[in-house]
Amino acid sequence: MTRQDAVAPVSSGVTFSGLDHVELARRTRRWGWLHYSRYRQAAEKPFFWTAFVTAIGNPVLYLVAMGMGLGSLVQGDVDGVSYLWFVAPGLLVATVVSTGAQFGTWPIFGGFKWMKNYLAAQATPVEPWQMAVGEGLAISVRMFVQAFLFWLIGLAFGAWPGAASLLVVPIAMLASMAMFTPLMAYSATLEEEGLQFNFVQRLIVMPMFLFAGTFFPLASMPAYLQWIGWVSPMWHGTQLARIVSYGMENPPWLTVVHVVFLVGCIVGGLLVAARTFTRRLVR
Amino acid sequence: MSVIEARGLTKKFGDFTAVDAISFEVAPGESFGLLGPNGAGKSTTMRMIGGTSLRTDGTLTVLGLDPETHGPEVRASLGVVPQQDSLDEELRARDNLIVYGRYFGLPMDYLKPKADELLEFAQLTEKANAKVSALSGGMKRRLTIARGLVNEPRILLLDEPTTGLDPQARHILWDRLFRLKEQGVTLVLTTHFMDEAEQLCDRLVVIDHGRIVAEGAPQALIRQYSTREVVEVRFGSARNAEMEGVLREMTDRIEVLPDRILLYDDAGEALLDEINRRGLNPLTSLVRRSSLEDVFLRLTGRSLID
Ligand SMILES: Nc1ncnc2c1ncn2[C@@H]1O[C@H](COP(=O)(O)OP(=O)(O)OP(=O)(O)O)[C@@H](O)[C@H]1O
Ligand SMILES: [Mg+2]
Repeated sequence: MTRQDAVAPVSSGVTFSGLDHVELARRTRRWGWLHYSRYRQAAEKPFFWTAFVTAIGNPVLYLVAMGMGLGSLVQGDVDGVSYLWFVAPGLLVATVVSTGAQFGTWPIFGGFKWMKNYLAAQATPVEPWQMAVGEGLAISVRMFVQAFLFWLIGLAFGAWPGAASLLVVPIAMLASMAMFTPLMAYSATLEEEGLQFNFVQRLIVMPMFLFAGTFFPLASMPAYLQWIGWVSPMWHGTQLARIVSYGMENPPWLTVVHVVFLVGCIVGGLLVAARTFTRRLVR
Repeated sequence: MSVIEARGLTKKFGDFTAVDAISFEVAPGESFGLLGPNGAGKSTTMRMIGGTSLRTDGTLTVLGLDPETHGPEVRASLGVVPQQDSLDEELRARDNLIVYGRYFGLPMDYLKPKADELLEFAQLTEKANAKVSALSGGMKRRLTIARGLVNEPRILLLDEPTTGLDPQARHILWDRLFRLKEQGVTLVLTTHFMDEAEQLCDRLVVIDHGRIVAEGAPQALIRQYSTREVVEVRFGSARNAEMEGVLREMTDRIEVLPDRILLYDDAGEALLDEINRRGLNPLTSLVRRSSLEDVFLRLTGRSLID
């Protein structure tokens, strides 16, 4: 205060209250990832309504077309339950994972290339690895909400046999992050966008959607196509979602594999993203 | 104790040496300038000070810390105004300040009044709720500068702060920066404007091709590297070359630029009288005091007009 009073006659209009910079640095070292995720949430705010309408519209369309339209053609049960019960967990996971894939490509790439949000944060105590983790956190919150909205809509369609199905929400979030974090790591390395993102969309996300057990059990596909399921977060997530939703039979070891695969993708993706963010920003 | 100390600071990009073993010190409360043509290595040096570019060689301490190993600690005390604005175009002016302040872990009850204060500083109070994409280039620049002050920095790094500002806004900003200095903030700035350097810098280094070619206070550099006065004459592009020989006889140093000839002499008026007496008939002529511009020309062989 004394400092401020002493210079009052020539003040620039900016006050210097004697902030403790050491404390600020300590705070950011610990919480910088959280600070960054708040930015991402603020930046998404203008797109709230578009996102909300999509998050409501998607499940309605999918459940009407697949659950009821296609479902009315499916004779008898699939995996011992109605087609709607079978397909709903798959649709939920697939939708949320696709959104995660979208977030992992253009917004990250654009953040480096056009938006400059990483450059801005870089001039502050926030470190590149914290930006990667912060993106992950903000997107996971977003995915959680989207999954929950899908679940609510599903409720109106009678898509869930019981209350345990609510667990599909965190499962979908997990699967979506397993897709998001590796893509984020990759997007941070791209200097010029060429065909890479089209490739991601058409040759990774689309086939996953079609062949990763969303619409029919993986086992009903020829063996030489089943690997697509095994390497995709979508399939592992869908299987877990079916277990909690209608109690799909699954050997315990395989359930463990699903969880380990998803967590592995997330942790691995974050570790690599921390590196690619740092490489990109600190030169 | 200096707040910034660089010894043999070097930055290479592959084989290319952008900053070539420069050494300098900045004292607390000082206003220190980096002057140099495009590509001299000014921005690279600024980034190394902030710890966002890794040096290839040499030592560097900022507030006693190595910015490479203590980046967050250094940047917590630093205000950074990068050469290129890095505002979020989709957010409102005010929210840009708040979001940025959050990165420092500053609480909302600090940031809300601070944002108003900074908008006032940047003369953007009326635009507080406008999206950044709706601001003019100069307004964005002012907002970027204000944003750099959100954490009450001890050192303010200004990379070409007034590029894009109109003359009035520039003068207001100079005044405010000067006051910040009075309040104890150390200023480190790069600029292409010689008048800005003369106004704002207590001391500066002239950098060319990544090397320091001169160092000192603006007036001292002018005394050391130039004459008291300069005569500028124009004969039209066709005659400039032909006049060179005659003029060279008349004083110790002349510089022939594409559009004019500069004659360096302590007694400018007398020299101009002599030129007119000999009937050389320049199209235009003027006598002025030497400036950093002339120092620059002398040291680098290039003029530095934006
Ligand atoms: N990331 C990079 N990779 C390769 N070369 C770089 C990189 N950044 C800067 N350079 C080179 O280093 C040199 C110095 O660049 P710098 O941006 O520091 O110049 P400057 O003095 O700030 O110039 P200006 O006045 O144009 O802003 C330039 O030749 C530039 O091409
Ligand atoms: Mg520069």
